[in-house]
Amino acid sequence: MAARLWNWIDARMPSLKVEWRKHAAEYYAPKNFNFWYFFGSLALLVLVIQIVSGIFLTMNYKPDASLAFGSVDYIMRDVPGGWIIRYIHSTGASAFFIVVYLHMFRAMLYGSHKAPRELVWIFGMLIYLTLMGEAFFGYLLPWGQMSYWGAQVIVNLFGTVPFIGPDLALWIRGDYVVSDATLNRFFALHVIAFPLVLLGLVVVHLLALHDVGSNNPDGLDIKKHHDASGRPLDGIPFHPYYTVKDLMGAVAFLGIFCFVMFFIPELGGYFLEYNNFIPADPLKTPQHIAPVWYFTPYYSVLRAVPPLWHSQFPGVLAMGAAVLLFFFLPWLDRCPVRSIRYRGPYYKSALAVFVVAFLVLGYLGTESTTVWGQFGFDAFFLDTKDRATWLARLCTLAYFLFFILMPWYTALDQVKPVPERVTH
Amino acid sequence: MNDQKKIDRARRNLLLATSVVGGAASVGAAAPFVASMWPSERARAAGAPVDVDLSRVGPGELAVIEWRGKPVWVLRRTREMLDSLKAAQPRLTDPLSKASEQPPYATNEYRSLKPEIMVMEGVCTHLGCSPQMKSVEAKAEMGADWPGGFYCPCHGSKFDYAGRVFRGAPAPTNLRVPPYEFVAQAGLTIGEDKETKGA
Repeated sequence: MAARLWNWIDARMPSLKVEWRKHAAEYYAPKNFNFWYFFGSLALLVLVIQIVSGIFLTMNYKPDASLAFGSVDYIMRDVPGGWIIRYIHSTGASAFFIVVYLHMFRAMLYGSHKAPRELVWIFGMLIYLTLMGEAFFGYLLPWGQMSYWGAQVIVNLFGTVPFIGPDLALWIRGDYVVSDATLNRFFALHVIAFPLVLLGLVVVHLLALHDVGSNNPDGLDIKKHHDASGRPLDGIPFHPYYTVKDLMGAVAFLGIFCFVMFFIPELGGYFLEYNNFIPADPLKTPQHIAPVWYFTPYYSVLRAVPPLWHSQFPGVLAMGAAVLLFFFLPWLDRCPVRSIRYRGPYYKSALAVFVVAFLVLGYLGTESTTVWGQFGFDAFFLDTKDRATWLARLCTLAYFLFFILMPWYTALDQVKPVPERVTH
Repeated sequence: MNDQKKIDRARRNLLLATSVVGGAASVGAAAPFVASMWPSERARAAGAPVDVDLSRVGPGELAVIEWRGKPVWVLRRTREMLDSLKAAQPRLTDPLSKASEQPPYATNEYRSLKPEIMVMEGVCTHLGCSPQMKSVEAKAEMGADWPGGFYCPCHGSKFDYAGRVFRGAPAPTNLRVPPYEFVAQAGLTIGEDKETKGA
């Protein structure tokens, strides 16, 4: 019966079988994938979690400045299971960025951005940018103090653009301040426009990947050695081998996810900021404004650059450049080998410095302005009040030098001989 | 079937012309969508001027008035507050307000029409947070040399009692002064002055 149904479908839509084979059953992935290779499929899992929980949240949420905050409260208190759906969505937002950051770091470890996978990398970066927009729009929706003032700060970033800035900010807000009009359009962008773009980009990201094939921890081209039928000797079919492996990763991930969701959904103010439990008040700025943790490295870059020529724009440019430089990684990296396993000391140290700078910037971005500039250990030559500022500037410099000097240190690096076949 | 090797120029040109016209139409079709994102007529109307009764603002008191959804401060400055402006002068980024936004009648040392009445947009020129008034007594928090003024909790910018920014703060310019005028005896209108009325 099932076989007859399958034959009936296959006769009418053979592409179903063709595509299944191409992307799963006969997609040969390198057999030496390790821990770092979980995060691509996990990102897909989180995307599904966000879409499903998001659909159910919109059933009770009201995108109206006078009702929004109350409707989130209503979801949390009165809607059966509402609290769990909201915590799934809020934990999912942070989980998405954790998984994506680790996924990007994997690429930088094993050179997955290098030729011939530049397009895979660029589509991935576009996904990251879209995700940042999606997270920003979504954060306004609960209409808490942090939603409101965070949106105010970010929209005003566009206001610093010379000449067109003030009009651009006005156009984005649709009012002279962040208001009901802003909330309504952010809702539209968050639930329709950006998710559609995100899904489209995920499809092209995967199509581009499957055309060139996956990279691996050795950074080798597995298509070089194949058997008589053209199957790579170092490859195994994605299904069932990696579907099963990724399923295991998903179980472990969901375990951690559920722990956070059930026991520490606010994660000490990092996943859900305390000020966001106060309704938005346009006339009163909270004492301490900080973006959610996943934006804080860039926020620190913004704060580290002093205003020049009476304009805040240079800081905004630096922040934008900090994100956009990632796009150029495939061309900045001139190393003949892909994987860090066979690279020399220059790239290894540069990447280590970059990761430390990124984390320190991230930490500094979460700190309030009263701590900012005052925190300190004693034995430094700097005045206490400037220490954090200079630390942020130092890390910003390290962040940019990682990219700017990359063509030189990767070209000069002493590489080790790369084996012919994958090691495991 | 046609001979594939020979390009039919007439058809090719027609195709090109159709594509160009179609492309232009698609761009034109975006116009209403882009336009719909500008402030609506209702939002524009809500940006109308606001009247304030100054008799309700005592010496040293700060009234916060909402105008175009932004907090506008009306402060009746005391003698001490006005004197503190001179003391702050050497530590300011833009003491003469040359690079700052204010109507021409407020381009003076007090940044106001009348010295004792300060009218100021309570929106930090850094990234739009609303600073808080910190009196000269807040030295413990603001530092020993604090002459009194305003402090932005978001990124630590400091301003004196004329909204002028102190050096070393992230805010690039002084706080903005909205257009305003005095009406009758104790009245103040924010969002309108002789110039905007004439325009």
